[in-house]
Amino acid sequence: MSVPGFTAVAGNPPIPEPQTGLLSAIAISATRVFSGFFEWFGSLGIFSWRILKAAVTPPYEWRELIRQLDEIGSKSFPLVALAGSAIGVVISLEARYSLSRFGAKSLFPATLVYSVIQVMGPVITGLVVSGRVGAGIGAELASMRVTEQIDAIEASAINPYRFLAATRILACILMLPLLTLAADACGLLTGWLAQALVEPLSFHQFIESGFSGGTFNAFLPPTFKTAVFGLIIGLIACFQGMNTRGGAAGVGRAATNSVVLASLFLILADVVLVKFILVFFP
Amino acid sequence: MNLATTYDSAMKQGRVQQDATVPAVAVEDLHKSFGSLRVLSGISLSVSRGETLAVLGRSGTGKSVLLRLIIGLVEPDSGSIHINGQDIAGLALDRMGEIRKKMGFLFQHAALYDSLTVAENVAFPLTHHRREMSRSERADWVGQLLAEVGLESGDLEKMPSDISGGMQKRVGLARALTLEPEILLLDEPTAGLDPISSGEINELILKLQRERQMASIVVTHDLHSARTIADRLALLSEGNVVIEGTFKDLQRSDIEFVKKFLELS
Repeated sequence: MSVPGFTAVAGNPPIPEPQTGLLSAIAISATRVFSGFFEWFGSLGIFSWRILKAAVTPPYEWRELIRQLDEIGSKSFPLVALAGSAIGVVISLEARYSLSRFGAKSLFPATLVYSVIQVMGPVITGLVVSGRVGAGIGAELASMRVTEQIDAIEASAINPYRFLAATRILACILMLPLLTLAADACGLLTGWLAQALVEPLSFHQFIESGFSGGTFNAFLPPTFKTAVFGLIIGLIACFQGMNTRGGAAGVGRAATNSVVLASLFLILADVVLVKFILVFFP
Repeated sequence: MNLATTYDSAMKQGRVQQDATVPAVAVEDLHKSFGSLRVLSGISLSVSRGETLAVLGRSGTGKSVLLRLIIGLVEPDSGSIHINGQDIAGLALDRMGEIRKKMGFLFQHAALYDSLTVAENVAFPLTHHRREMSRSERADWVGQLLAEVGLESGDLEKMPSDISGGMQKRVGLARALTLEPEILLLDEPTAGLDPISSGEINELILKLQRERQMASIVVTHDLHSARTIADRLALLSEGNVVIEGTFKDLQRSDIEFVKKFLELS
């Protein structure tokens, strides 16, 4: 005879089934989320350590590094330049309008220069590269994982952490500051053009006025913080790609997660890095 | 310190030459589970130089997992794996790399690098482990290997997606042989191939084995292929070796599972 809420086992008294109410279900779900959260960070930590060990021990993969510098750097340049140009125009239009209202049009060059170089240039470059490169690395490595190509690399006695991951991460770290400089240059150029079309302003005057009173401390740290963005993009994309499971769906998830997580961590890192720069490079 | 450790130590110091009586691959009491799924439950077997062992069994009995354990892509839960007398348990990746240079692995679907040409795929291990070779020496080596597996010079610049499954297997086999391995692991070499292509791959494996005298382990569910190329067969069921021996030993066996496997193959 079956009794609701009890499990029958032949020859034994019925065993009461555990009753899960709403609160228990919420607690169980929350526990799973938290443990999953810490497991993810733990796995990322182990992955990072393996890459670091591989990156600092020979033989070094110079040829693959150069190939990745080209893939990540020069092939991202057009997109980054376009994004920087667009930002320059937008800031120029918005700044002119705002500054005119407060009678501070003379501050326009400095506003544009500081906005582009200190704030918008690094973040926009990071987000654009996160989208293009993060998705590309995530999808490529995920595809290699599900088709056993990474296993084949490992079976050929080649360290996949060194050959695949370390080269890509290092390329991202090295290229992000250079791409940011490119985005900044395009942003300042188009910003000046947008202003010059309305009110005559020579480029020389614009640059002199924009950079006056500023030192290298004002401009270099924001540019080089993008090296940290590169580390985040490369690390997250490689981690997602090399740990993929589940065929084509897994590849899609890896590509999407690479972009989403890299962008999220990049923005959070920017908050921390801005504070760090303000404290150590006042 | 046990005998295996003493032997390992002596091997590393070069005080002991490779003993012909030491199996090339020796697996003892190997256990492996994935979560609650137990795949291998205490497998033991060995293969010597010049010998081919075919591992047969139903799908999902852990045959491919066994090969991955031997090459170190997967860690066992317990048990030991000795390659040329050296215990590979817990070896770091770079140290395991030295052992893998003596092994060749043909994956079930060839696992060719899809962004490289056929020639670049075969040359890939050379560009990392034979850096002293010039470009022309490498090209000659690759050309010879591809000719050995029955591919023509016109196939060298093709991409993996442009060649048939049988040709991909041949390229995968050539890549597995690039570093002149002492041990060859083949995962379902004839899977997905038509009977004629399967026969050609079998003949190729036999020819390579005769010429190179490697220790080979072939995982397959194709009994005909196993009979053609293997000196010994091991039949797995539920994570254990049910029977190991020649094909005649399997035919003479009274074990129900063996009889059914032979009858239905």
